[in-house]
Amino acid sequence: MVERTVDVPEGVGLHARPAALFVKAATAAGVPVTVEKPGGEPADARSILAVLSLDVRGGDQVVLRTDGGDAVLDDLEQVISESGDSHG
Amino acid sequence: MADEPAGRVLRGVGVSPGRGAGVVVRVTDAVPEPPADLAPTGDPDAETDRALAALEAVAADLEERGNQAGGDAQEVLEAQAMMARDPGLAGELRRRTGEGAAAARAVFDAFRRYREALAGAGDYLAARLADLDDVRDRAVARLLGVPAPGVPTLTEESVVVGRDLAPADTALLDPKLVAGLVTEEGGPTSHTAILSRALGVPAVVACVGATEIRAGAVALVDGSTGEVVVDPPESEVTAARASAADRRTARASAPASTGPGRLSDGTPVALLANVGGPKDVALAVEAGAEGVGLFRTELAFLDRGTAPSEDEQTTLYAEVLAGFPDQRVVARVLDAGADKPLPFLRRRTEPNPALGVRGLRALFDEPELLATQLRALVRAAEQTSARLELMAPMVAEVSEARDFAAACRAAGFDGPVGVMVEVPAAAVRAGDLLTAMDFVSLGTNDLAQYLFAADRQIGALARLQDPWQPALLDVVSLTAEAATSRGKTCGVCGEAAADPALACVLVGLGVVSLSAGAAALPAVRAALAAHDLDQCRQAAQAARSAVDAGAARTAATALLPGLDGRTG
Repeated sequence: MVERTVDVPEGVGLHARPAALFVKAATAAGVPVTVEKPGGEPADARSILAVLSLDVRGGDQVVLRTDGGDAVLDDLEQVISESGDSHG
Repeated sequence: MADEPAGRVLRGVGVSPGRGAGVVVRVTDAVPEPPADLAPTGDPDAETDRALAALEAVAADLEERGNQAGGDAQEVLEAQAMMARDPGLAGELRRRTGEGAAAARAVFDAFRRYREALAGAGDYLAARLADLDDVRDRAVARLLGVPAPGVPTLTEESVVVGRDLAPADTALLDPKLVAGLVTEEGGPTSHTAILSRALGVPAVVACVGATEIRAGAVALVDGSTGEVVVDPPESEVTAARASAADRRTARASAPASTGPGRLSDGTPVALLANVGGPKDVALAVEAGAEGVGLFRTELAFLDRGTAPSEDEQTTLYAEVLAGFPDQRVVARVLDAGADKPLPFLRRRTEPNPALGVRGLRALFDEPELLATQLRALVRAAEQTSARLELMAPMVAEVSEARDFAAACRAAGFDGPVGVMVEVPAAAVRAGDLLTAMDFVSLGTNDLAQYLFAADRQIGALARLQDPWQPALLDVVSLTAEAATSRGKTCGVCGEAAADPALACVLVGLGVVSLSAGAAALPAVRAALAAHDLDQCRQAAQAARSAVDAGAARTAATALLPGLDGRTG
């Protein structure tokens, strides 16, 4: 199990387009990944409904966990870091 | 005037002129909630399979619609397909069928959990909540064997009737088969109204009783008078169809009628486009716009958590300005409003946001943001040959106008500076504002909202939002006279400018430029070219002499041959 805390850049957060991209990337990883707000309940990163329900906004932090190794988290961290550039 | 129609007559607010007739097609807007004690038709595994098959079919259908629609609509529809295929949802579903729930009820309840979580996040996720409900309704409709929400595929000339139309309903409407649109709710600035004008299709909104019209009946829609006739006499149907055919022919040939706007006596009336960003430029140019009368600079930044940098703004503005070489482009500075909050502006909790710190008021609170935007606009203008003009939203008194002009000069801008007239006080004292300003531009949508104390988003108040209201025309006249007597200009950049007959009336009241969505320009240009200034003034006089909006429209169009929405 690897774990990583990621800063969500200012911007729309994990809503709209970034949420869809994040869930697509987590699904493509082929292994279970969870995402949670620090201190919150873990949610399935492959579930768009669970990810939207977290209501992660720009400036928040999220904790990612997986058994799939660091490479999986690298990909997801990149998707999150690019969410600040998204126009929607 | 034609004879009184023989069929049953419903009345609403006409928002897109002309007459059309066709077979009523109902927009299904409510899929019933499956009863809690709905009996399953098979064992839990069979119910789970049925539910998952329905969700997969919905996902495939949404993807297919996305492929057809393309663009932003495709992204929304694909995200909805992901919701239908959500693994967490499937888990919730299994748990409920395992407890003995029927497939339809299990789907409904499985969505409920997420619904509550999304609703808890407030406005921020409101659009996703609507998407979620749409996916749920589609799946439940399949399982119950009832029609899916939205507009059925049209097979003949149809009048589309519903409570209101969502963008998803209308993305795939075939304009050749839409004879008219009728909604029970909505107002002159609703999505239905804007869409129908863009398509050139007659439309009536806020029509009480519309949702009770039965599917399959024949209906006649008069988007000029706001009348909807169910089961009209055959002769009326024939006349309306001929009128619709004429309108299509006129519309098809309208792009040829480019060139600057002018009346039949040669009086120039600048025809400008309202744009929200670079994607609107091509349509505006194609429609023959002489420039931009309202560049809504905030629209590109509505989903941004942080303010866009000066460089980023400069690039975006230059892209728009480059589309209009040597032409006017009136940029309105960021207009955060009750209906379109900008996330990077200070959040305020106000009991009544439409009357709160919005528009220029909010920018004066964050002067660095205003200064950055003004510098970006000036830099963008330096990169192109467009003639930039700057305009402030939500100005109520002259000190605000002066301060805005000073901020523009401080940013190095030496072109024309003006204000939107949306607040009645600004209209009443337009002369004062013009001591500090080069021009005023009437935002008729907000002006009507404030003049009549009637929220633009509330369908039940649509009649008070009707731009033909004589009180609104009086205020337009007051503002235009103030400008004319000082040698300055008064334009209109609200939806009122998109109505060809009203455009003539506005010119008759002293307005010298009209700015509207690009799709409306050819019809407005044609209407102006068919009438002279005397006719426009007489029509304006007749409209102001009427006691309500309907009478104003009837009186004015009677004096504007060819614009009464009827043939001949």
